[in-house]
Amino acid sequence: MVASRTSMSSRLALAAALVALVAAAWPAAAQLPTYGLGRAPTAEEIKAWDLTIPPDGQGLPPGRGTAALGKPVYVQRCAICHGETGTDPKYFVLVGGRGTLNTDKPLKTIGSYWPYATTLWSYVRRTQPFDEPGSLTPDEVYAVTAYLLHLNGIVKEDDVLDATTLPRIQMPNRDGFVPDARPDVGRRPKTPPR
Amino acid sequence: MNRRRFLKRGVAALGATVAAGSAHAQAPAPDDPSKVLGGPKRPYGERSRFERAARGVPQPATKTDEWGPSVTPLGESMGIITPSSLHFEVHRGGVADIDPKKHRLLIHGMVDRPVILTVDDVKRLPSVSRIYFIECAGNTLTEWEGPDAPTVDWTHGLTSCSEWAGVPLALLLREVGVRKGASWIVAEGADATGNERSIPLAKAMTDILVAYGQNGEAIRPENGYPLRLIVPGWEGNVSVKWLRRLTVTDRPYMSRIESVDHTSLMPDGKARRFMFVMEAKSVITFPSGGQRVSGPGFYEITGLAWSGRGRIRRVEVSTDAGKTWRDATLQQPVLPFAHSRFGLPWRWDGREAVLQSRCTDETGYVQPTLRELVKVRGVNSKFHLNAIQSWKVDADGRVKNVHV
Amino acid sequence: MNRRRFLKRGIVVGMSLGTGAAHAQSAAPDDPSKVLGGPKRPYGQRSRFETSARKAFRGKTDEHGGSMTPLGDLHGIITPSELHFEVQRGGVPDIDPQKHRLLIHGLVDRPVILSIDEIKRLPSVSRIYFLECSGNTQSEWRAPGLPTVQGTHGLTSCTEWTGVSLALLLREAGVRARASWIIAEGADATGNERSIPIAKAMDDVLIAYGQNGEALRPENGYPLRLFVPGWEGNVNVKWLRRLTVVDRPYMTRMETVEHAGLMPDGKARRLMFVMDAKSVITFPSGGQRLRGPGLYEITGLAWTGRGRIRRVDVSTDRGHAWRRATLQEPVLPLAHVRFSLPWRWDGREAVLQSRCVDETGYEQPTLRDLVKVRGVNSTFHLNAIQSWKVAADGAVSNAHGAA
Repeated sequence: MVASRTSMSSRLALAAALVALVAAAWPAAAQLPTYGLGRAPTAEEIKAWDLTIPPDGQGLPPGRGTAALGKPVYVQRCAICHGETGTDPKYFVLVGGRGTLNTDKPLKTIGSYWPYATTLWSYVRRTQPFDEPGSLTPDEVYAVTAYLLHLNGIVKEDDVLDATTLPRIQMPNRDGFVPDARPDVGRRPKTPPR
Repeated sequence: MNRRRFLKRGVAALGATVAAGSAHAQAPAPDDPSKVLGGPKRPYGERSRFERAARGVPQPATKTDEWGPSVTPLGESMGIITPSSLHFEVHRGGVADIDPKKHRLLIHGMVDRPVILTVDDVKRLPSVSRIYFIECAGNTLTEWEGPDAPTVDWTHGLTSCSEWAGVPLALLLREVGVRKGASWIVAEGADATGNERSIPLAKAMTDILVAYGQNGEAIRPENGYPLRLIVPGWEGNVSVKWLRRLTVTDRPYMSRIESVDHTSLMPDGKARRFMFVMEAKSVITFPSGGQRVSGPGFYEITGLAWSGRGRIRRVEVSTDAGKTWRDATLQQPVLPFAHSRFGLPWRWDGREAVLQSRCTDETGYVQPTLRELVKVRGVNSKFHLNAIQSWKVDADGRVKNVHV
Repeated sequence: MNRRRFLKRGIVVGMSLGTGAAHAQSAAPDDPSKVLGGPKRPYGQRSRFETSARKAFRGKTDEHGGSMTPLGDLHGIITPSELHFEVQRGGVPDIDPQKHRLLIHGLVDRPVILSIDEIKRLPSVSRIYFLECSGNTQSEWRAPGLPTVQGTHGLTSCTEWTGVSLALLLREAGVRARASWIIAEGADATGNERSIPIAKAMDDVLIAYGQNGEALRPENGYPLRLFVPGWEGNVNVKWLRRLTVVDRPYMTRMETVEHAGLMPDGKARRLMFVMDAKSVITFPSGGQRLRGPGLYEITGLAWTGRGRIRRVDVSTDRGHAWRRATLQEPVLPLAHVRFSLPWRWDGREAVLQSRCVDETGYEQPTLRDLVKVRGVNSTFHLNAIQSWKVAADGAVSNAHGAA
């Protein structure tokens, strides 16, 4: 081991080597203890799959985008299914519907219904475009998310979305949800059970 | 007789027709099968080519071919086991194609020992097998405002029942060591959509299975091969298919499927979410919409009942649109969180009749009428429509979906 | 992005998913989350990566013999219909269900011919029941015969059967006072006539048309079979076409020559209907291999033709010490029961056995005890304790126990 002053990267490399050494020396600690099955996941493996973003934004990667940057991405990758203005009903309507939830014809869109912007980011990054899921870069996801929120009147054209600002966005329908209230119907039969 | 010749004849004449399925659907069977040798042995059998029951696939596709359901043909069902080839499916990115040797299950998050397991690892662990139903929360959603789908396959076909085998999730969680403060698990699949669902830890520590077996063999591709969650009694969507990851955490992740999709809009504009439990429900599968009874006489009214709160206690059947009710017989044993088959003998007098079934589960909850349900929930709540279903038998024997 | 292109692409992916063994070579995508998956199929198939199969055994010709269930591959208690065992002596007949008829005649007031549709209109019964060929395990009388549990025990399966109660049909036909037996016969090339005492016929026998929620499979009797819970498989006449109500057994070949057990004194037992209690460990079992010392779950199946299994014990030392196994709930009468026991293997040679007790108190015997009474030429009803030897290298083989 090098004892003198080392650069940050060498120190990190050293730390990584030590961790690997420890893991190799005590493999049993990483497996199911009773059954001796399985192995410890690597950080890379976790990172490759750890794609779901909770409302507080944990796990959002570095990157940024604005609605202005998002528009060309949307036009090229999303409009074919969702329409130029995000109002094509063929698959899912993305824009509009505010104030319709308690009417006869409620329209649930990102703007009128979705409670969290992180949900949108997480979903777009993981599953869109439909036929090439997971193919957008983080910057593109921030940009397209910004554009969709902009179309719904939630952010301005040049508002910057990144790991810090995205979780702070208050979606219009954030408080529109209540817990399960069932059983809410169901009566005893009039005739006694036989 | 040259033995080789008669063997060839038997195999050529009949083996091919027995074994080849629908491609040979036109080949007739022999008039007297006792006069000819039959077909050969097959390592993995098939049904008779005369059997045509099939899952219903929406035509045209609801949104795209890779999105949406296919429904179990309940109208032809018998007993409680759903043949694996006919188990319903719902997905939003096509059926994932997974090599079981490469598939992995990652368990991490607020745990002492994160782990990656192979499918073989999971199969070596202590196993549990149970007969359970699965029902999509959106089953019957076409029927809120008026009788819509013509047959029971389409009104109620997003439910099936199988024997599932797997390892208890509780065992896995104890092995990895859940940290204090954890209160949720987020489950995710390996397909194009992930279908991330957040599940309260309390449920995870009871009866959830990480399953690999369906009716004795591997789970079918449509139903989550090679690994899935089975969450007894809960919305089908929570039983994540093609399971690849479990994250132990302290809050729900609010994925799209649970925070936007599987939510129920109430008349006041608020929406219920995390409506996990599938409430008691029953439906007559015969006589049912689109079928035809062949004239006055004896029939057995039969159907299925189930509850996400345990066992079905009782099923009643009415033949006069709900004015009078009689107790139906339940197939024994009645299993918790499984389909129950009920039957009632019925002598049809040839006059118009409206058939209904109504179930009660072990909690005393009684299946409501559609009117009662709509009074509380309005017509835009989409999910969890478990109301009494009505089938009208006309004088000519045809059966139709009706609301009364 | 051209939408037509993505739809096409999805379908191309779907084809490799759906077509079974012919495409076994096509690899799955490295990351399935990055591609759309396959389409919906009206009648599904298993994954092409699953290859579990029945194993055929040949009798005298290709149309004689049967196929054994791969018990070592299965989970739970339901046997997939595709893997249900079969035994036949004239090939699998090809029957059009619209043309098939069931004749009930003989000592009855009202002889009747019924179509399948008419039978399906009658009140139905569905039950999960095992079926076992009485010749199951017959290779094992003298010495360890076949290497795997599929070979030694694969002539048993368990399914949900649906049908109409035979008792109901007999009451409708009006059985005459003198009647004491029913002869059942099939529509295949052999007929397989079996005589059944009327008391059993009026008890729980089914005229079955359903198997695991759909029509019977051709190998298992499509479109109609007799189901006689707990009795020799052969009595469960497949491709059923006739029931004759009579006053004596007809002594057909199947029941007097075939299914008769030759005793040491030269006499043969016949009409040995009931399948005695039996159990077998399916993992670890012959032909399998343990990957090294560690914790395993010993698992297997138990069943009895006399009702419910009451308990299953497992030994890992050739029958000296026994521990009680857990039974999968609920324990159903006349059905397979799945048992299991955790076992920490220390890497040394071990001999594994299971032993069941049924609700009558009957205990599964050792092979030695069975042979003492029956000799080695009785062929049928071998329900003795099975032993599997685990070698130090983890290889498991068929062994005969000491006890």
